Amino acid sequence: MAFEEIELNMGPQHPSTHGVLRLKLRVDNEVVLGIEPVVGYLHRGMEKLWESQTYHQIVPLTDRLDYIASVSNNLAFVLAAEKLAGVEVPKRGQYIRVILTELQRLASHLAWVGFMANDIGAGTVLLYGFEARETILDFFEDYAGARLTVHALRLGGVPYDLTPENTAHIRAVLDGLPAVLKDIERLLTGNRIWKQRTVGVGFIKADDALEYGLTGPALRAAGVDWDIRKRHPYCSYEDFDFSVPLGRNSDLYDRYLVRLEEMRQSISIVRQALDRLPEGDFRAKVPRVFKVAPGEIFHSIEAPKGELGFYIRSNGTDKPERIKMKSPSFINLQSLELMCKGNLFADVVAILGSLDIVLGEIDK
Amino acid sequence: MSPFVAELLIPVFKILAIIVYPMVMVIVMIWLERRVVAWIQGRIGPNRVGWQGILQPFADAVKLFFKEDIIQVNADKFLFNLAPVLVMASTLLSFCFLPLGEPIRIGTYELKLWVAESPVGLLLILGLSSISVFGVIFGGWASNSKYPLMGALRSVIQILSYEIPVGLTVLSVAFVSRSMDLVEIVRRQESSHVWYGFLLPVSFVVFWISGIAETNRAPFDLPEAESELVAGFHTEYSGFKFAFFYVAEYAHMVMISSLLVVLFFGGWLPPFPNVKFLHFLHLLPGFIWYLIKIMFFLYCYVWIRGTFPRYRFDSLVKLVWKWLIPLSLVNLLVVALLGSVL
Repeated sequence: MAFEEIELNMGPQHPSTHGVLRLKLRVDNEVVLGIEPVVGYLHRGMEKLWESQTYHQIVPLTDRLDYIASVSNNLAFVLAAEKLAGVEVPKRGQYIRVILTELQRLASHLAWVGFMANDIGAGTVLLYGFEARETILDFFEDYAGARLTVHALRLGGVPYDLTPENTAHIRAVLDGLPAVLKDIERLLTGNRIWKQRTVGVGFIKADDALEYGLTGPALRAAGVDWDIRKRHPYCSYEDFDFSVPLGRNSDLYDRYLVRLEEMRQSISIVRQALDRLPEGDFRAKVPRVFKVAPGEIFHSIEAPKGELGFYIRSNGTDKPERIKMKSPSFINLQSLELMCKGNLFADVVAILGSLDIVLGEIDK
Repeated sequence: MSPFVAELLIPVFKILAIIVYPMVMVIVMIWLERRVVAWIQGRIGPNRVGWQGILQPFADAVKLFFKEDIIQVNADKFLFNLAPVLVMASTLLSFCFLPLGEPIRIGTYELKLWVAESPVGLLLILGLSSISVFGVIFGGWASNSKYPLMGALRSVIQILSYEIPVGLTVLSVAFVSRSMDLVEIVRRQESSHVWYGFLLPVSFVVFWISGIAETNRAPFDLPEAESELVAGFHTEYSGFKFAFFYVAEYAHMVMISSLLVVLFFGGWLPPFPNVKFLHFLHLLPGFIWYLIKIMFFLYCYVWIRGTFPRYRFDSLVKLVWKWLIPLSLVNLLVVALLGSVL
């Protein structure tokens, strides 16, 4: 039988496209020849919407972008806006922001490990990851009153101070995490089937990765030492002692190991921040009507999924004239075709999972 | 006992029983799987319908019964309808040859706990399981849709590949017991004082792995790999036809576990059936021993599903052609050589 190329539509309704993503696949039997992601099913016109909102009103809207890591979105936006307006955030506020975003990174990575494992058929890890993530979400609920779209940051700092009860809660959460990570590692890291599915799959050259704008754990798994927390520290990240885990083989297995190690580093960062939490204000005085002098700015942070940046152009009113968002999921998705070409159809799901995309951020 | 009862009523009753028995096991199995997987994953699982959710499968069946039965416009109607029937019928038929327990004496009449006794029962079971492959490929082909087609192709390659090691290991059992009759194989295990699982450990392991693969269960559940192919060959099926595939899969699991028990773990025999001071083990009827043993293997199915990721298609095929088939060939050779020497 002669093999013929067939076109296969994956999604937008498919169990493992992580939302409403549609992939146009060209396959020859089981081998992938090409992929074209079709995005936009979740488009809500966020960037346009923001032009009619005040800066204060935009912060909770950013929660809805990458809803797995909403605090990171808040941080990227408020940092850009503060930089443009020249607001100085007190040290205590910066530390609390670090604690919150690192906890969010942990929650996001735990969800990622679960989704990734579920895509490869290990459904149990999904539940383990989510159970641990739940403890972090419980803390967010305690602190800010919400679990998923937390709105935990404000312009100028954080809305609430960390009480001793809060810090005790965080420490309890952190104490529970290493056991979960160990469980996950015991189920996956040495597992022969897991290794067969991940080692050598989804390879991308470091040069190509840079060219395609790949950022985040996937780039670091390719061996490129690029972590904005280290390179351009924001929020006093220079105060903390942590290492940036790097991979060598640029495959799914390395991306998995890098993320696991990042979680351990995040636990250590939160512990350091809690130990050295400075006294003082947690929020700078920011006027209700937050007017920003005309100008433009771009600021980016290391979000769990990669480099998350906001470009803001102000016209002197309390509303921005234009905001452009550099979302890591959208840009990381571009290298999907490069990683998948020549691999098997079954790998597409795994590779897509390894990029850690969230459709709220891709479609905006 | 009057000949009327012996010749007519009892066979009819047996035929009914052999349809009811797999169904009951399937219901127990569906419940057990949900609860055990939930327990492994730190969830609770269904616990509302009946005691500990034991009636949940009935609730599911009622739901499926009332669902709309969809046949898409482009489907081949005849094959589309035939496929689930074929899968279900071939699986249920194979239970006829399965000895569920030792014969019960009622006066002069001997009630046999199997429907049909055939000198080639083992071969017939393997043949029937091959027929269910037709159901799978008809289902995938007749749906006239891409995902089911790919799922069906994968299933066919998988099931056909894994039938070879199954056949070869079964052959080694037949060689040792000098019979293809399942009842006879159990009796030989009694008279030779050893269960074949201990005599032929390689055959047992190969048969077990291949059995899991043949039933399309995790970690070999590629044909219905949810994360890639949605639901594999039965993606387009709904309502009761879907239920047929679903039930047949579980019935097949019960069948493979039963075969494992009969071929390698002495069927209805209690442990050490010939040891004098352990004779009290005979107090439990053979059927109960058989149930205990198959429940163990059914539990293993669930346990494995809760633990392992899924194989990829190419490594799955590599596993069978590079490892299991050569291994079972060598095993057969060794068994044959040793058997003729000893």
